[in-house]
Amino acid sequence: MTQMALVIDLNVCVGCQACVTSCKEWNTSGESGSLADSNPYDADPSGTFFNRVQSFEAGSFPDTEMIHFPKSCLHCEDPPCVPVCPTGASYKRKEDGLVLVDFDRCIGCKYCAWACPYGARELDEGRKEMTKCTLCVDRIHDDNLAERDRQPACVLACPTSARLFGDIHDPQSVVSQAIRERGGYQLMPEWGTRPANHYLPRVPTTSAGCGGDACACQSAGAAADGSAQVPASPASQLEAQLGRGELHLALMAKRI
Amino acid sequence: MNPAFSVVFLTTLSGAAQGLLIALVGVESAAWLGLVAQPAAASVFYVTGAALAVVLGGLGLIASFFHLGHPERAWRAIAMWRTSWLSRECLCLPVFLACACLYGIAHGFAWPWSLALGWLGVLASVALFVCTAMIYACLRFLQEWATPLTLVNFVLLGCASGFTLATALSAWLAPVLTIGLAICACLLTLAGCASRSASLVRNARLRPKSTVQSATGIHNPKLVQVTRGFTAGAFNLREFFHGKSAGTLRGVKWAFLAAAFVAPVLLIVLGASLHSIDVSFALLATACLVQYAGLVAERWFFFAEAKHPQNLYYARVG
Repeated sequence: MTQMALVIDLNVCVGCQACVTSCKEWNTSGESGSLADSNPYDADPSGTFFNRVQSFEAGSFPDTEMIHFPKSCLHCEDPPCVPVCPTGASYKRKEDGLVLVDFDRCIGCKYCAWACPYGARELDEGRKEMTKCTLCVDRIHDDNLAERDRQPACVLACPTSARLFGDIHDPQSVVSQAIRERGGYQLMPEWGTRPANHYLPRVPTTSAGCGGDACACQSAGAAADGSAQVPASPASQLEAQLGRGELHLALMAKRI
Repeated sequence: MNPAFSVVFLTTLSGAAQGLLIALVGVESAAWLGLVAQPAAASVFYVTGAALAVVLGGLGLIASFFHLGHPERAWRAIAMWRTSWLSRECLCLPVFLACACLYGIAHGFAWPWSLALGWLGVLASVALFVCTAMIYACLRFLQEWATPLTLVNFVLLGCASGFTLATALSAWLAPVLTIGLAICACLLTLAGCASRSASLVRNARLRPKSTVQSATGIHNPKLVQVTRGFTAGAFNLREFFHGKSAGTLRGVKWAFLAAAFVAPVLLIVLGASLHSIDVSFALLATACLVQYAGLVAERWFFFAEAKHPQNLYYARVG
């Protein structure tokens, strides 16, 4: 069985909200109807979004980390929102594992939203129907698109490639490899919903210096260690760098 | 959760209707067994009671439509009875209303099988209690609701309000039954008070299983949301936050404990012990109204008290 899913790399997400706006743009223009935007340029605006990027701060100053955290429907393998639907409008598709809503059968009772611990579903104010992330079901199977475009809009929009898309049941897929190699995890494992979407944790970084060789603080740190590295004159440094085909002007800047 | 008044009225009105039908069939069964004397104008009592049950249940059904985004598609809700408690409720409610209706008609035309119809109605009523309660109790991550006490409360509170109604009705139409019904109403109200208090104590001690750490998978003991990602309004904010202060919630809690349990018991005892039928009926009718208002507050609190784990993702505007 196929289970399409997103794998979101928290190590590279910069919180730019490009996935949020591209998601809204694609899904409000799609064949399933528009997504509400009430009072968009007025006081108290409100609207339907399938994807949100939130920010969390971990740790205490000065050892803090800002984590940008995109959240959309996780397309659970055991979705609690599906069996509670009284009309059968919510369903999980066998062929690709997507959790979808048949809008024409939805009565707008909101019970599925109550039954989702992640808050992934939003009742559209205008259409009065439950809406949610479809993983761009109208893109990913569209043969008229070039193959590289058959991906959710959010994945294509991400400037840092923080979002990977693929079949988590195929052990050779990029998403399965990323989950294996990077320790991908699921949200709220305590409820046994088995979300298909996974998150890749932050990679720990050391706080001593900036670690890059493009910065003078590394050589300053090395000098403090007492290692016998005598700083070369700027001119010969420049020569050496040009010989290697690279140029680090910051490294040559003199500390005052 | 943000309490939806449509659902508050649906569950309280239909609960009272179910309790009332159970009380009527209980009285008729007791009379059939010879435990109580059959009242003089028995059929008027049963017909009025059944009519009141149909009206209350019907009002509940109408209230439920206000909960829907597309009420014109409501008929579709019976489709998934194999998996959805909401779908089962949508099947049980009309069956219950039909039984209550037939029960009244049977008494109106003096049909011989009214008691059998009544017991069918009791079965439908119990099934409806189970479906209504399980809609909430089956959501395992709404820990305040996911307990057998939810079912016990729905049954006891519905029966208590139904029996109080039956007591008031009997004071007007069949005074010979008033004392017996008043005892039942008081016992059910006290039992409801005990089970509801038990669930209040349980919920006050609950530790949420989901934390901001499990919701994000970031295992730092000091983890706070800096922004939920938007400043505007959203469905997730309207549906899952009631926006009332802890003080308001506390006030509602004590108000419903007084209005749904303490005041009705006092009024029923006072009303049933008086000989003047007019004063007695007035006191018992007041007991019904006060108890109903208390149960509306109780059901509001039931929703407001439940903390949805999705709120962890919407903690701060930014």
